[in-house]
Amino acid sequence: MTTTSARLPADFADLEPYAGFALASERERYAKRIDSSMAELQAFYDAAMPRLEAAIAYLDRFSLDALADDAKHLLWLYCALVTVSFPVEVWRQPRVPDSGAASFDAVFEPAI
Amino acid sequence: MPHFTKPAEGSWTEHYPELGTEPVSYADSTSPEFYERERAAIFGRTWLNVGRVEQLARAGSYFTKELDAAGTSVVVVRGMDGEVRAFHNICRHRGNKLVWTDFPSEETSGACRQFTCKYHGWRYSLEGELNFVQQEQEFFDLDKADYPLASVQCEIWEGFIFVNVDASNATPLREYLGELGKGLEGYPFHEMTQVHKYRAEIGANWKLFIDAFTEFYHAPVLHAKQSVSAESAKVQEHGYEALAYGIDGPHGMVSSWGGMSPPKDLNMVKPIERVLRSGLFGPWDAPDIGLDELPPGLNPSSHKAWGLDSFLFFPNFMLLIWKPNWVLTYHYWPTSYNTHIFEGACYFVPPETARERLAQELAVVTFKEYALQDGNTLEATQTMLESRTPVETFPLNDQEILLRHLHHTARSYVATFEAQTHPTPASA
Repeated sequence: MTTTSARLPADFADLEPYAGFALASERERYAKRIDSSMAELQAFYDAAMPRLEAAIAYLDRFSLDALADDAKHLLWLYCALVTVSFPVEVWRQPRVPDSGAASFDAVFEPAI
Repeated sequence: MPHFTKPAEGSWTEHYPELGTEPVSYADSTSPEFYERERAAIFGRTWLNVGRVEQLARAGSYFTKELDAAGTSVVVVRGMDGEVRAFHNICRHRGNKLVWTDFPSEETSGACRQFTCKYHGWRYSLEGELNFVQQEQEFFDLDKADYPLASVQCEIWEGFIFVNVDASNATPLREYLGELGKGLEGYPFHEMTQVHKYRAEIGANWKLFIDAFTEFYHAPVLHAKQSVSAESAKVQEHGYEALAYGIDGPHGMVSSWGGMSPPKDLNMVKPIERVLRSGLFGPWDAPDIGLDELPPGLNPSSHKAWGLDSFLFFPNFMLLIWKPNWVLTYHYWPTSYNTHIFEGACYFVPPETARERLAQELAVVTFKEYALQDGNTLEATQTMLESRTPVETFPLNDQEILLRHLHHTARSYVATFEAQTHPTPASA
């Protein structure tokens, strides 16, 4: 499964510039956050956060285990918003403060 | 004045007089020699939780677990008869590791009808019998019945699979888990099958990370930058007090308030928490788990502000049960005196909607960020404990009773074991 050519539902075409954040696993989403500048994280957050309720309303029309690919990408994108919310809302830096080089990696997670 | 009632002795610590109140030495966390003694006296002799029954969905499902501290690797498998068994992960022919994929030192899982050694093709049933020997006629009076897989004691408590590598162990698992285990029986762990697992290599003694997670005294300070600033100032001013502590044998528990799920004032939490209704304490809207009342071991002080209970089942299994019906487990697997592998797993009722899935994602990712701070701080602690400073003992407060108990228990397990095995105990 490719995770880099995500395409979102038409209702969310305005978020297409940020489709690179629509990654299937928490590990990839976290890596994307660490590799991004605060300006990039802020831009994604500013575009996606106001559409969070609309995205949930859209996704909740479908069964979670039968999402079409575009809906799946939208859910991945909003999982990435969760990952990105910490630096944008609180820390003003991509990594949590005082975490140095520590890593804590997902080794098992439920697929979406 | 304490906010929550303490025992008649005036403190939780003095309620358990064997713990003392004097400053504590951490020499048990900086010594390769003491770690070797812990391996023999603790990890080689106690019940260790290695997984859950849901990991073994059907006959032939298996997983391996590296138990470096207990000096072995085990394979845990559900047999054709439905029973869960554990074996030392070693082929009886010439000692090759029996079950592994690509990298011998990495854990693996899967499903099979039998185990086949990669080296010479010896085959074992799921129940451990040796069924096939390559070129059997070349051996000398070989009776396959004499070479089954070496079994490891394996028992299940509330869906949690434990092993004990001490073949002479005579204490059943339920008895070992004592009153604290008994008090949790009936909790619907089996409803929480949506699992997120994390793993980290930590540069600190295994007990030091347990220390960090059995006290919440650190939380308002170390994690201050995790909260929005008004909330951060408020929690730092109040500090932390638990609702209650409990100790039974080698095991301990702390019962805590949990005012953040949901918070009294929505301005206390981050914007995304307000929308997703979730955070460190889990999703605010608890799923139905069919529980009319909590098992007696949960919220022992019956406090209305109850938020979570955190249990340490000695030596290295922590179980956190949260008011909004989810569960977190921690395991600390030593790999040397100053390194260990830390595993954290979040268990939820499977989400039915994207809203629920995102609320769980926020809880999981928040847990991860806190753990990153904790893990990094530990390496700073280990380094200085090992340094040649003149500082030798450390004062522990009443909210740190479970640390005092953990180190006390580890030292007494070592002393008791050595007294049994050597008529003249080795010097400490």
